[in-house]
Amino acid sequence: MHPEKTKHDFEPKIIAFVCTWCTYAGADLAGTSRMQYPSNVRVLKFPCTGRIDPVFILKAFQQGADGVLVSGCHPGDCHYIAGNFHARRRFAAFRKLLEFIGVDLNRLQFSWVSAAEGGKWVEVVTDLTEKVRAMGPMVEFKELALEEQWSGAIDTPELKEAYDAI
Amino acid sequence: MSRIGVFICHCGENISRTVDVERVAAEIGKLSGVAFATDYKYMCSDPGQNLLKKAIQEQKLTHVVVAACSPRMHEKTFRKAVEAAGLNPFLCEMANIREHCSWVHENREEATVKAIDIVSMMVERVKKNRILPGITVPVTKRSLVIGGGIAGIQAALDIADCGHEVILVEREPSIGGHMAQLSETFPTLDCSQCIMTPKMVDVANHPKIKLYTYSEIELVEGYIGNFQVTIKKKARSVDEDKCTGCGVCMTKCPQKKIPNKFDQNIGMRTAIYVPFPQAVPNTPVIDRDNCTWFKTGKCGVCKKVCGPGAVDFEQQDTLVVEAVGAIVVATGFDLYSIDEKPKGSPIKGYGEFGHGKIPDVIDGMTFERLASASGPTGGKILRPSDGKEPKQIVFIQCVGSRAREKGISYCSKVCCMYTAKHTMLYHHKVHDGQAYVFFMDARTPGKSYDEFWRRSIEEEEAVYIRGMVSRLYQKGDKIVVMGSDIAVGVQVEIETDMVVLATAVQPQKGADLLAQKLGISYDKYNFYSEAHAKLRPVECATAGIYLAGACQGPKDIPETVSQASAAAAKVMTLFSKDKLEREPIVARVREAGCVGCFACKKVCAYGAVEEKEIRDRQGNLIKVVAYVNPGVCAGCGTCQATCPSKCVELDGYTDEQIIAMIEAL
Repeated sequence: MHPEKTKHDFEPKIIAFVCTWCTYAGADLAGTSRMQYPSNVRVLKFPCTGRIDPVFILKAFQQGADGVLVSGCHPGDCHYIAGNFHARRRFAAFRKLLEFIGVDLNRLQFSWVSAAEGGKWVEVVTDLTEKVRAMGPMVEFKELALEEQWSGAIDTPELKEAYDAI
Repeated sequence: MSRIGVFICHCGENISRTVDVERVAAEIGKLSGVAFATDYKYMCSDPGQNLLKKAIQEQKLTHVVVAACSPRMHEKTFRKAVEAAGLNPFLCEMANIREHCSWVHENREEATVKAIDIVSMMVERVKKNRILPGITVPVTKRSLVIGGGIAGIQAALDIADCGHEVILVEREPSIGGHMAQLSETFPTLDCSQCIMTPKMVDVANHPKIKLYTYSEIELVEGYIGNFQVTIKKKARSVDEDKCTGCGVCMTKCPQKKIPNKFDQNIGMRTAIYVPFPQAVPNTPVIDRDNCTWFKTGKCGVCKKVCGPGAVDFEQQDTLVVEAVGAIVVATGFDLYSIDEKPKGSPIKGYGEFGHGKIPDVIDGMTFERLASASGPTGGKILRPSDGKEPKQIVFIQCVGSRAREKGISYCSKVCCMYTAKHTMLYHHKVHDGQAYVFFMDARTPGKSYDEFWRRSIEEEEAVYIRGMVSRLYQKGDKIVVMGSDIAVGVQVEIETDMVVLATAVQPQKGADLLAQKLGISYDKYNFYSEAHAKLRPVECATAGIYLAGACQGPKDIPETVSQASAAAAKVMTLFSKDKLEREPIVARVREAGCVGCFACKKVCAYGAVEEKEIRDRQGNLIKVVAYVNPGVCAGCGTCQATCPSKCVELDGYTDEQIIAMIEAL
C-alpha cells in the first residue's frame, strides 16, 4: 500500500478497547510481572466489551489510529453474564462492514485475554504492533477526514449536471 | 470552565525510574482546563492524600486526575480523599502510568511520551465527568424462602433466628421435603426423621416464620430489596385456624385406597389426609380429585365427625401478596423415572429395564420408604408385587446419570453413597439376603464417605460388580438381570427377587416455569445457575435472589445445609443496612428520544429494563419508553452500545467521555 513508509522508524498508534474485568486486569498483571511490550498501545477501559460501540473503532481510525484492538473476557467468562457474546456478534457484523468500506481487517484485532493472561496480553499487543508497523500508517481515514471538509458548493460541471438531473 | 488538578505519582521509584514525571507534570499543565499539575513521591500515602485535599480546597479544583497505579488498586482510595475534600467522588479519575506504562517499558523517552498521552486522555475524559449521586435502594427486611425441604427450612431458620421475618412457601401440604421421606442417612446411619422433624417443629413454632403450605408462587415483581410476591394458597378444604389436628376425619374417611405420593405410591392414604404422621402443619387437606363429596356431592363424613367444624367444602384458592427484600430459592430435586418419555424429549426412558412396568423394579426413594420404620411396610423390606421378603436384591447405579445417550450427562453425586447405605439397610433387615451392586465407579468424596462405602463391601457383604446392566426382564416371579462384569470380562446373569435403580437426580418439575417468574437463569437440565461457579455459588445473577440445595445441582444433605446457611448469610448481609448502597454506574434512558424499540431490553441479562408509559396530563398514553431500574442494573453498558437511537447512557462511561478520550490521542 505504502511500501516506502514500511520502515522500522514508523511508530504505529494502537488503540485498545478492553473490558475492566478480564483484559484490563490481564494488562495489569503484565505490569506487575514486569513483562515488556511496545509502548505504542493506548488502553481505554470499559466495564464490558458489550459497552463498546463500533462507532468508537471508526472514531479511533479517524483520529489517526493505525491499529485497533478489542479485547474482553473469554466466551462464558463475562462478568456481566453475556456482554461479550453481544460484542462478538456485533463485531462479526461490523468487520464485514469495515471490509466493505475498504479498511484492511489486519488493522483490527479481536481477542480474549483473561485476568490471568498477562503473557497473552503482551503477545497480542506485540503481534498487532509489529503487524501494523509492517503495514505502514493508515491513511484511508485521514484522507476521508479531508474530504469531509468539502464545502458543499456545486462547482464542477459533473456535479451541476447531476444536480440538475434530480 | 473546569479547573482540573493533576497529580503525578512517583510511586517511590516505580514510576519515576522510567517516566520523567516532572516533564509529564509540565506538559499536562499546559493543557486547557488544567489549573494545577504537580508530582509527588507517594500519592497514596497520608501526606500525598493531604496534598490532594489541600490542593482541591486552595486551588478550587473542580476535577481531579491522579496519575499513578492501576485504578483497580487505588481508585477507591483517591475517590474517598476527593469526597473528603468536598468534591463528588466521580469527578476523580485515575491514569494508569505504572502497570500500563512504567513497568512494561524500559525506554525512558517512549514511556514518558506514553504517560503524557495516558494522562491527557484522562484529563479530557474527566472534563466530561458528571456529578453522580450515590444510589440507595430501600430494603424490605423480610425474606421469602421457596421450598420447605431441608434447604428451605435451614435457610428460613437461620434468617428468622437473626430476627427477620421469613415467608416460607411449600407446594405440598407439609414441609419436610425429600429428607422427611428418607429412612436413615449416610454416613452415620442416623434416622432422618429424628433429625428432620424437630427442625420442622421449630419452623412451625418460630414467631418470625410465616408458613404457607399447599401454596405456590404465582407472580414475582420488583427487584432487590423490594419484591412483591403473589402467593396462591390452594384450597385445603380445612380451616387451618379451627383444625386441632385430632385426625378423626382421616380415620372415618371411606376412601382409603388412594396411593400416597409421600410413600412413593406404595402406601395408601385417605381422601382427607396428611402426607405423613409428623406433618407440619398437622392440618389435613382434602384431595378433591379423589373425595366422594367432590365427585358425587354425597358423603361429607369428615364434616360430620369434625368436632371444631373445620372442614369447609366451599373453600376457594386465595391469592396473598407479600412484600419481601430477598428471595431464597430452595425447590430441591425430583427423581428421574425410567418410564417412557414423550416423543422428541431430549431425555429418554429405559425400555431395556421395562419402562417401569415390572413391579419389583423400584427406585432408591421407594426403597427408602420400604426401609423406613414409618413407611408402608413398617420398615420391613418387602416386594411391592407379592409382599414377600426378597432374598436376593440387585442395585443398579447410574440409571439416567452419566448416560449421554439417555440425555443426562452429569453425575447425580449422592447415588453411590445411598446405594452403599441401601446394601447395609438391606443386610440389617434381611440377614440371609444377598445384595449385588452394578456400578461404573464409586464416587465417595466427603468426610467419612469412603470408609462407609468400604464398610458396605467388607462388613455388610455387598457384592460390587463393575459393569453396566443391559437388560432386565420378568421370568416367573423372578427378575433376570443381564449385565457385564468388566473387571473379569464376562457376561453376568442374575436371577433376583428385587431390583433397585439409583435413578438420576433432576430438578423439580416446573423449575423452569418458576425461574421464568423469578427472572433467574437455568441450565439445559433446568438446574438454576449461580452467578459465579466458584466465587458466588449461592447468589443468582439476578440481584436479591439466592439459591440453596439441589435446585442448583445434585447435593447431599450436609452440602445442602451448608449452602442454605450460606444463602441465609447473604440475605443477612443485604439486611444489615437499611438502605442498599451501590455505585452509580448504571444506565439511564433519555426518554425524549427513546422510540420504545426495546432492543436494550432484549440484550439486558439482568432484566433491568422495564417498560414505562408516558402520559399527558389528561392521562392519555403518549408513548411507551424504556426505563432502567437502577436497583437491578449491573452497569455493563451493553444496552447503550445496542440502542439504535443512542438514548441509553451508562453513567461514568458515556459516549461523550469515550469520544473525548479518543480525540485526545
